[in-house]
Amino acid sequence: MKHSNRIDGKRQRTKSILATTLMFITAALLMIPFYFMFLSSLKPGTEMLRNGLSLTFDPGVSSFKNYEALNTYRDGIYWKWYKSSLIIMVLQTVAGLVLSSMVGYGLAMYRFKGRNAIFTLVLILMMVPFEILLLPLYRMLIKAHLVDTYFGVILPYLVPPFMIFFFRQYVLGLPREMLEAARIDGCTDYGVFFRIMVPNMIPAFGAMTILSCMNSWNNLLWPLIVLNTNEKFTIPIGMGTTITPYGNAFDVLMPGAVMAVVPIIIVYLFAQKTG
Amino acid sequence: MNESSLSRQTTLRKKHWITDPKVVPYVLYPFISTIMMSFQRIDGPDNVEWIGTANYEKLWNRNFKQALATTFRYAFWDVVVLTIVPLIFAVILNSGSVKYPSFFKSVYFIPALTSTIVVGIVFRLAFGSLPTAPANRLLALFGLPPKDWLMFADTGNFVLILLTLWRWMGVNIIYYISGLQAIPTELYEAAKIDGASSVQQFFHISLPGIKPVLIYVITITVLGGFAMFTESVALWAQNNPGGVGRTIVGYMYMVGFYKNNMGMASAVGLVLLGLVLVVNLLQLIAMGFFKKED
Repeated sequence: MKHSNRIDGKRQRTKSILATTLMFITAALLMIPFYFMFLSSLKPGTEMLRNGLSLTFDPGVSSFKNYEALNTYRDGIYWKWYKSSLIIMVLQTVAGLVLSSMVGYGLAMYRFKGRNAIFTLVLILMMVPFEILLLPLYRMLIKAHLVDTYFGVILPYLVPPFMIFFFRQYVLGLPREMLEAARIDGCTDYGVFFRIMVPNMIPAFGAMTILSCMNSWNNLLWPLIVLNTNEKFTIPIGMGTTITPYGNAFDVLMPGAVMAVVPIIIVYLFAQKTG
Repeated sequence: MNESSLSRQTTLRKKHWITDPKVVPYVLYPFISTIMMSFQRIDGPDNVEWIGTANYEKLWNRNFKQALATTFRYAFWDVVVLTIVPLIFAVILNSGSVKYPSFFKSVYFIPALTSTIVVGIVFRLAFGSLPTAPANRLLALFGLPPKDWLMFADTGNFVLILLTLWRWMGVNIIYYISGLQAIPTELYEAAKIDGASSVQQFFHISLPGIKPVLIYVITITVLGGFAMFTESVALWAQNNPGGVGRTIVGYMYMVGFYKNNMGMASAVGLVLLGLVLVVNLLQLIAMGFFKKED
């Protein structure tokens, strides 16, 4: 018995080492694009055009000089794209969190006529790919004179259906007695929501912050359609304009790519702590 | 007021306009509008003409067929790869044999945070046509000739799938692990006593246990696969002449915003919607989603 236990323990250990090694190798492989990105951001664009990507660090040609190109390339347009992206990300996320949490909360907590109809509608909208609504939404935007404005970019994402769904599911798990008790104490419904429910929904807000910031920061298609002034472009559109079939502006592309990862990683690290 | 505290759910104190069923048509307006536009020729906002099914008839052209083939090829491999690979990793991470599983979970999630356009640039270069491009160097290690990866539909699709796997693996792993953790451990213990191997445990306990999550993952992967656009722009730029890598959404964008033919673009969008709905419906039926037992 003792003997077989030892063999079992040994097998377990071999299995553990094998599994951990596999996970480690995969993690390293997944990091390769970041490594490429950082290494290339240090090299002059001519070097990139001649030799393409390379995995080796070459101290002879590498420096942080390219990062200065971000300030000078087309009069520092990169930072204008950065600013656009940040403005849109913050507004879209704040609006989405506030409005969807209220709708989700309402759908989960209250009973009223038409509640199921509204929830079914949310589910339907979740299932329809956003891409097919592009054209009518664009026409509506033209009529409302919102083309080429940040508000036009944010408008369709003010109350994202997937967020409503998520908040609803989350609130269903909260004890309903809190609402009743607070009402008896004379609290208004908005007071109950902001003072009692919101503090209990922090993990949900954390998860949705990450998701919303991710979606907004990396969104290409809709901003591409709405915005048409160069200065108002977001980073994905702007970076897209620097890649052409006729040659790429590597000097700004690679450092720009590295800087573009920074804000979203910061959001991730902060929002993750709430979970 | 008193009766409301007895019920499981609280009623609203007063009626609110937003709960009025009359708002429903307004929310559905863009959707209905797409359907109407697909039967129209639109030259400017005030110059609209009803043309019947002409948009749909014109659709069956070479460019559209190419986009259809690209999308189907991508969606198929997307669903196969992004369902299976993350599942394997989730099972291993959840088995308890891996040290620091939450560290690996976080690391695998990081690619999802990056912008597809930005990372697409790196993939473009890694799979460039030069013999010195990293992918071609890897081929050379095995004595194979260099490839012009992005010039051909099949190798281009391979790069697309790799990019998607890189970005989305961590997300699907998190979905799967949340499903796996909901399975009671007693089931595995009982199976072990009965002498079931880990492969048998996987097929008889883990797989049935995560079926709801599996259905969710496949559904969103089908949706994402058919509606893919950004990845293809990242690898091929917006309007590449040969049309390699152009998807249905890419074609819709080209027709609607380059050629300014909103009516036909709407028709493309509705074909896409039909495809997604049919494929997902078939998938849900195959998975037994509509069976009463579940």
